[in-house]
Amino acid sequence: MLVDAIVEAIRLAVTRIPDDVVLALKEAYAGEEGEVARFNLENILKAVEIGRDGSIPVCQDTGTLTFFVRAGVESPYLRGLEGAIFEATRRATEEIPLRPNAVDVMTGKNSGDNTGRFVPVVHWELAEGSEIEIAVLPKGGGSENCSALAMLTPSEGWEGVRRFVLERVRKCGGKPCPPVVLGIGVGGGADQALLLAKKALLRKGEERHPDERIAEIEKEILEEVNALGIGPMGMGGRTTALDVKIEVAHRHPASFPVGLVVQCWASRRAFVEIKPDGRVEVWQ
Amino acid sequence: MAVRLKTPLSEADVLGLKAGDVVYLSGTIYTARDSAHRKILGLAGRGELPFELDGAVVYHCGPVVRKTGSGYEIVSAGPTTSARMNRYLGGILGLGVRGIIGKGGMSGEPFKGRAVYFAFTGGAGSLAAKSVKRVVDVLWMEELGIPEAVWVLEVEDFPLLVAIDAHGNSLYL
Repeated sequence: MLVDAIVEAIRLAVTRIPDDVVLALKEAYAGEEGEVARFNLENILKAVEIGRDGSIPVCQDTGTLTFFVRAGVESPYLRGLEGAIFEATRRATEEIPLRPNAVDVMTGKNSGDNTGRFVPVVHWELAEGSEIEIAVLPKGGGSENCSALAMLTPSEGWEGVRRFVLERVRKCGGKPCPPVVLGIGVGGGADQALLLAKKALLRKGEERHPDERIAEIEKEILEEVNALGIGPMGMGGRTTALDVKIEVAHRHPASFPVGLVVQCWASRRAFVEIKPDGRVEVWQ
Repeated sequence: MAVRLKTPLSEADVLGLKAGDVVYLSGTIYTARDSAHRKILGLAGRGELPFELDGAVVYHCGPVVRKTGSGYEIVSAGPTTSARMNRYLGGILGLGVRGIIGKGGMSGEPFKGRAVYFAFTGGAGSLAAKSVKRVVDVLWMEELGIPEAVWVLEVEDFPLLVAIDAHGNSLYL
């Protein structure tokens, strides 16, 4: 039953674009005047509808399945959970279906079922309590290829973050399927900055960072990115990004790490919650 | 301008197109990504390519497919990032390919005087699949896997945007 719920969450993630993302896409469409930008946004909105109505993967790149598990240490369902995630990945690949995206780095051989060495990606976090929450984030290759890390100096600081993000987005142009969502992790070490950046993509559109100063920077970077004019699919327009999400961690006195994870317009996600009595809930 | 075209494309077909035109493409197209390009160019160099690419349209795409009784059905089939294939562009156009479908754009120079780059909206795979009528054939599936194999697809009125024309114009910034 747990496997069923995870398969359902994967299905939801790849076939139904979350409501807040669809709303942002509709607003983008309303705000564009150029014919080319409208051609692309119209196709995007049509694809969203076809995916939802037919339970069809909206994008053929169903991504590398990435799971963030927040596991309550008292939950009786922890044992075998990683196995269930792998099993659900195999079943989802067959049943939905997904595109097999796990390739051996030495031979180039595709495993055929989206599993392999350290794949799907599972990030574990232990928590108090007896509930388990699993977030599913299918991450496409085109946008991930634009993700990057900058180890800034503390003197570059937040101004450096802004410059790094703008330069990277400008350089990537149409490649990551704009309008994009940007996840930015600041602080920690190199690993943590990127992990925070990816995790930031799970936040809903309306959800700003609770620290008002950081929320303000999110809004400013969003405006500056949209002023670049890259537009939908890199062919010009007002909407280059739908949203910017920042997460922070304390940093080493000598470091100012910035992780940038670029997400395509199909900012896909879904969640599974396993209650202490075994009931499961799947939502977006 | 909006026009209907059918594969194979002629020189006149592509020279008549301007960046910004909408083309409804019908006929046969060949998907190819990184590995397929390497393989195609290797085989063509030895005169062993098992299909003809003169006037052909190549689609940068790795589809989601479902196995049916007798073959395959295309479930979702949007474009992949074309820039990865820049290094093979001269070679593939040299085989007579007249059109490339993808997303994100490519180097414009190699298209001049002979071919065009069509953009379809990235991520809109469920919409693109509506234009695919059937899978004619699939090559090198065992060796390359589903995303990298060459899928020979019959399409009907596939709505594309001419993003780089044969006269040096491009819609990319």
